[in-house]
Amino acid sequence: MSQVHTESSPTRMAPRGGASRAPFQWARFAESFALVGALLILFAIFGILKPQAFLSWANISTMLGSQAVLVLLTLALIIPLTAGDFDLSIAATLTMSAMTIAVLNAQMGIPLAGAVAVAIAIGAIIGCVNAGFILYFRIPSLIVTLGTGTFINGLVLWISNSNTISGIDPFLVTYVVVTRVFGIPLAFYYALGLCILLWYFFGFTAAGRRLLFVGRGREVARLSGIPVDRVRFAALVCSGVLSAITGMMYAGTIGAADPNSGNTFLLPAFAAAFLGATSITPGRFNAWGSLVAVYFLVIGITGLTMLGIDTFVQNLFYGGALVLAVALSQLVRKREAQDFS
Amino acid sequence: MIADPRQDDLPRKVPGEAPALSIRHLSKRFGSSLVLNDVALDVMPGEVHGLLGQNGSGKSTLIKVLAGFHDPEPGAELSMYGEAAELPMPAGAARRLGIAFVHQHLGLIPSLSVLENLLLGDLAAANLWRIDWRREAAKARETFARFGLDIDPRARIGDLPQVSRALVAIVRAFEDVRQHSAGGRGLLILDEPTPFLPKAGVDQLFGLVRGIVKAGASVIFVSHDIDEIREITDRATILRDGNLAGTVVSKTADHDQFIELIVGRRVSLYQAEKPEFSGRPVAATIRNAGGGLVDNVSFDVRKGEIVGLTGLIGSGSDALPYLLYGAKPATSGTIEIAGNKPLPLAGLKPGNAMAAKIAFLPADRLGAAGVGNLTIADNMSLPVLTEFRNWSGLDWGAITERARQLGQRYDVRPNRPELNLSALSGGNAQKVLMAKWLQTEPALLMLDEPTQGVDVGARQHLFAALDSAAEKGTSILVASTDSEQLAQICHRVLVFARGRIVKELTGAEITKDRIAEECLRSMSSATLSEAA
Repeated sequence: MSQVHTESSPTRMAPRGGASRAPFQWARFAESFALVGALLILFAIFGILKPQAFLSWANISTMLGSQAVLVLLTLALIIPLTAGDFDLSIAATLTMSAMTIAVLNAQMGIPLAGAVAVAIAIGAIIGCVNAGFILYFRIPSLIVTLGTGTFINGLVLWISNSNTISGIDPFLVTYVVVTRVFGIPLAFYYALGLCILLWYFFGFTAAGRRLLFVGRGREVARLSGIPVDRVRFAALVCSGVLSAITGMMYAGTIGAADPNSGNTFLLPAFAAAFLGATSITPGRFNAWGSLVAVYFLVIGITGLTMLGIDTFVQNLFYGGALVLAVALSQLVRKREAQDFS
Repeated sequence: MIADPRQDDLPRKVPGEAPALSIRHLSKRFGSSLVLNDVALDVMPGEVHGLLGQNGSGKSTLIKVLAGFHDPEPGAELSMYGEAAELPMPAGAARRLGIAFVHQHLGLIPSLSVLENLLLGDLAAANLWRIDWRREAAKARETFARFGLDIDPRARIGDLPQVSRALVAIVRAFEDVRQHSAGGRGLLILDEPTPFLPKAGVDQLFGLVRGIVKAGASVIFVSHDIDEIREITDRATILRDGNLAGTVVSKTADHDQFIELIVGRRVSLYQAEKPEFSGRPVAATIRNAGGGLVDNVSFDVRKGEIVGLTGLIGSGSDALPYLLYGAKPATSGTIEIAGNKPLPLAGLKPGNAMAAKIAFLPADRLGAAGVGNLTIADNMSLPVLTEFRNWSGLDWGAITERARQLGQRYDVRPNRPELNLSALSGGNAQKVLMAKWLQTEPALLMLDEPTQGVDVGARQHLFAALDSAAEKGTSILVASTDSEQLAQICHRVLVFARGRIVKELTGAEITKDRIAEECLRSMSSATLSEAA
C-alpha cells in the first residue's frame, strides 16, 4: 500500500472548509463505469452482427424480463456477502420456494396467498438455520450453506417426487410476466424496485453502514458497539427471505416448478455479484453494479447464442466471468486478500 | 564485579576452553539511528547467560542478527567454539551452527499433537517417505523422561497448559540443536519465555534449562525479570540504548545494581508541575476488575485526569482497558461512570460501555480500531451515524464535512475524507481514529499503546489532542509500556505486576526513568506479596 507522507504540504492538500470539493477524477470514473461501457460495446457488436434478431424490441424486452429472477437472486446474495458471509443455499431456497408454491397451490388447492406465505416463511427458516450453524457453532458460512443447499435440494426432490409440477394459479403468472409496461414484463420492475431499495439501504441507512463494517472488520465493528452476530443473522435471514420471494417470481415466470432448473442460478448470481462489485461503487458489492453485471452477462450469452454457438457457452461465460470478475476486483483493491469467514 | 568481555577473564570450567558463542564489534544501524553500537558478548559452554535491557535497548535486534534476520554493519565478528562463522548469517546457517530459538509465541501448532510438533522441523526440511510413528513416540517419551517431564507425546498441544507448551518448544529446540552439532553442544536462545507463566511453571522451566546446560549446551535467557535472571543465569549482559552497559556475574550482583545498569545513571530532569486532582470529582470508579491476566484491580479516575497504566509484559496493565470496555471477557468487577449505574464487567458488551460514555481505542490499528479499506469519512462516522439521519436517510454531505473538520482540528494529513484509511501513515491513521472517538465526547477514553508506530511529529499532535480533551473534562486511561510517553502526558501512573497495581506514581515522581525503574522493581515486590 502506498503511504501518504506527512511531510506533504498541508495547505495544498487540505481544502479549506467544505466549500471546495475533491477534483473530478477520470480514473475513478472510468473504473466505476467500465462495465457499463463494456455492456454498451457488447450490445453494439451484437446489434451490428445480428440487427434484425438482436435489436428487436421483442428480444430486448425478453432479455430484461426473463432475467429479472437472476437480478433478484443476485440482490439477495449481496446482503450476506456485504456482511462477509457466503450463502450458497440461495438457489436451493429459490427452488424450494417455487416447489412449495406449486405443491400447495397446484396439487393441494391451497389459495395462492397462503402458499406464498408458507414459501416465504420457509425461506426465513432456512436463513435462521444457516445463521444458527454459522454463528452458534462458528462454522465457516461456505461449509454450512453448501451443506444446507444440498440438503434443501434433497427435500425438493422428495416433495416433488422429482417431477415438474404445473398448474399454478394464473394470477401469479399474470402479475409476473404476462402483464407488461412499455412492453417489459412486470418482473423487471420488481427487480428494479428491489435494486432501488437496496441501493438506498446500503448507502443511506445506518443499518446499511453497520452491515458494511461487519463485513470489513468484525473486530472494529464489535468494538464500535455493533452487535455483530445479530447483524450477520439478519443478513442471512434477509437472503433466505429474498431468495424465497425470487422463487415465487420464478414460479410465476414459468407457471410451474421443476426441481432442478432453479439450481443453475447459483453460479450466475455469484458471477454477477462479484462482477458487479467492480463497477458503480468499485470494491463494494452494490445494487446497481449487480444489475449492470446481470445484463452484461445476459447480453453476452443471448448474443452468442444468436450467432449460433451452442448452449455450452453459458457455462463458459458464467464460469469465466466469475473468476475474471474476482481477479478484476482484486486489482481494484490492489490485491488485498479477501476475507470471507 | 562488572566484567568487560573485551578483556579475557571468562569463567572457564576447563582451561583454554573457547566460548560457545563469541560476538565482537556488533553494530546495527536503522536509517540514522544506531540500535547496536559495538556490542560484545561471550557465552561459555554449559552457561546460562542472561540478556537484559529495556524496550528499544537492542536486545531483539541482537537476537535477530543471530537468527540471520538482520544484517549487521561490516566489521562484526562471530565465532562459535573458537571457529569463526560468517556474518551476515546466510539462510539456515543458525541451524547448521547449532543455534536454536524459542520465542514467546513458541511456534507450535495447537491443533497438532506434541509428537507432530516435535517433528515439524524435520518434516519441513527433508522428504521422509515413511515415518515410524511408534519409534518417534518412544524417542520423544525417552527425551521427556530424561528431563523429568511428564508430557504425553500423543496429546494435542492445544489441550496442554501453557507451561507444558513452553517446555515442549524448548525440548524441540534443544533436540534440534543436538542433532545438528557435535557432542551435544549448541546454543539455545530463549526469548522471554516466562511472562505468562505461573510461578510453579517458571520453576519447571528452570529445571529444564538446568538439565539442558548439564547436557553441555549453552542457553541465552532473555527476560525483563531481574529476579528470574538472578536465579537461573550464571552471568548476564545488559544492553542500554544499543550500547553494552555491562556484563555481571548474576549471583553476586544485587537487584539495584541491575536496575542501575538497565535504566542508566539517573539524570533528574526538570518536570513540569502536574496539576492536583484530589479535589476534583471522581469520573470513573473501577472496583475489583478481574479476568485474564488482571487480578482484582480497583481505582478511581477523576474528571479530566490522564492516568497511565504500565508494567512489564504480562503484568496485565495492557489488558485492563479491554476488560473495562467489554472487548475481552472479564470475570469480576464493576465500572461506574459518574451519574450512571455501575456496570458489571462480566458479560459487558462494547455497546453498553459506549452507552455509558466510555470509548476505547485498541492498539491493533487496522485490525480492531479502524477498517483500512474503507474511507476516512466511513471510519469517523461509524459511532455517530444516528446523528446524520435526515428525511432522506444519511446525510453524506454532512458526514464528509464533519470528517473534513475533524481532520483539520486533529491535523490529519492529507485531509481528504474520501481516502482509504490504509493510505495514511500510522500517525495520521491514529489521528483519524482518535477523532472518531473524541467527537463522541466520552466521559472516559481508554487507549492501548496509542503511539506505537507513530512518528515523533504526529505524536505531539496526539498528545495535544489528549490534553485538550482532558481539559474539557474527559478522563483518560493510557495503557503503554513506553515510559517516556507516559511521563510526558500522564497526571498519574499506575504500575502493574502479576495483574495487580503495585505502585502509584504522582506529581514529580512521574519521570521516564522512575517509571521504568518501578516497572523493573515491581516484579520482585509482586513476588514478595504473593509469598506473604
